[in-house]
Amino acid sequence: MDANIYREQIIDLYENPLNYGEIENPDFTYEEDNPLCGDVIRIDVRLDDQNRVAEVAWRGDGCAISQASASLLTEEIKVKTLDEVKAFPSEKLLELIGVPLSMARVKCALLSLKVLKAGAYGIPDPGTMRTHE
Amino acid sequence: MYDVERIRDDFPILKTEVYPGVPLVYLDSAASSQKPLTVIRAMDDYYEHYHANVHRGVHRLSELATTEYEAAREKIARFVNAPEIEQIIYVGNATEGFNLVAYAWGRANIGSGDEILLTELEHHANIVPWQILAEEKGATLRYLPILDDGTLAIERLGEFLTERTKLFSFTAASNVAGTITPVRELVDAAHSVGALAMVDAAQLAPHMPVDVQAMDCDFLAFSSHKMCGPTGIGILYGKRHLLETMPPFMSGGDMIRRVTFDGFVPNDLPWKFEAGTPRIAEAVGLGAAIDYLSSLGMDAVHEHERAVTDYAFEALSDIPGIRIIGPLGSQRGGLISFTLAGLHPHDIAEILDKKGIAIRAGHHCAMPLHQRLGLSATARASFYVHTTFEEIDQLTAALHHARSVFKLK
Repeated sequence: MDANIYREQIIDLYENPLNYGEIENPDFTYEEDNPLCGDVIRIDVRLDDQNRVAEVAWRGDGCAISQASASLLTEEIKVKTLDEVKAFPSEKLLELIGVPLSMARVKCALLSLKVLKAGAYGIPDPGTMRTHE
Repeated sequence: MYDVERIRDDFPILKTEVYPGVPLVYLDSAASSQKPLTVIRAMDDYYEHYHANVHRGVHRLSELATTEYEAAREKIARFVNAPEIEQIIYVGNATEGFNLVAYAWGRANIGSGDEILLTELEHHANIVPWQILAEEKGATLRYLPILDDGTLAIERLGEFLTERTKLFSFTAASNVAGTITPVRELVDAAHSVGALAMVDAAQLAPHMPVDVQAMDCDFLAFSSHKMCGPTGIGILYGKRHLLETMPPFMSGGDMIRRVTFDGFVPNDLPWKFEAGTPRIAEAVGLGAAIDYLSSLGMDAVHEHERAVTDYAFEALSDIPGIRIIGPLGSQRGGLISFTLAGLHPHDIAEILDKKGIAIRAGHHCAMPLHQRLGLSATARASFYVHTTFEEIDQLTAALHHARSVFKLK
């Protein structure tokens, strides 16, 4: 049986993530981990004067699904308004990932969105990045 | 003669196909073991033929249920060589054993400025109850460090055990590094400064003979579900004078001798710590699990796992990019945690799952240990009475396959 959740694009994004890095003075930043498995993601966002996403960057550590999801999500929200970010549907992100996921892996897939929305809603950032090499 | 094929026939679940045409290769016994048919049947038999509440009825079924509930306790006492049956307390799992001691003994005996010593190997179950206690009492937690091979820095014990240390609580076998610790030596060291010693035997009792008298530990806890028994029950062993002077943990029915509107007199050991209608079917199931393991012989079980683990260690060592956590040889129990460069443990577990191979991925409820090792997660294959060399070959082949899925050279 094939491990078909690892389609080409997921592995490419895992190895060559998009928007990876950090922003110096973000309008919001947030980090959270998935305590079950240790995946961790931080997302920084800078908005322009019309409250649109001007710049977005993320960094983190975790499985291919969680990390590829962060690349796909940050790519998708560029120039979106803050309200659109707050309303971003989880189904849309799962669609972008485009592979069937078990219940446990859906949590990995949606971690980036959880982080993004927590930041967008102004929830205080709980901590500093646990660094891993 | 240890006949692994015959033993496999005792476990109905090993005939399961996890996907059509893909048989189960169960390498996650350290998380929870599978159950032999005798354990499943013993619990069914109780529910089908003699279920009733214990310790209160005068009718036949209650008498039968009570007899079997207490007979299981006797088997467990023999299994760990407890001096007296009353020293075996039924709890929910090893975690509850730690909570019981932290609550009942800890609140009465730990004060401001006292120290509790743990080790860097510990499972959250042997960390968090003490963190809560220390916070409440103004006590300090210290951690005996590990060396990079996952063994304890025993030679540094003198720095960490002081006259302020009231308790040294440590694992007998690590659920991540596999390290088997020198229990008696650690217990003696604790006693030499006047501290008590508590042993986490959750990963020891399923795999090796346990002798609480030889260990001389003051408390010891383990879980049924990791040793062929049902979930929902575990054991706390304690020295009699400690258990007798400790206040109750949970309170209510069955743990009292007499109650008035003004107060209560607690029951005798062991029931003082068993409030409410207990886990009767689970005790019966655990008794059957003890019978099963005893019929195999714990020395034989240990020897089988050693052979499988040595074989796996060698096979896995050849995989490019692998990092195996923990020590070699006689200091290792029947599990191997590892990382593969370029492949997250979750992805490894997912790819293996599609081949029917069940392993654990994550931090295995030992986040501080993973931080100490500089890892966010590991993959863990763990072995038990029914694990075969062929299954290890399947594991090795599947790991090579996982690397090819991720195009690793």
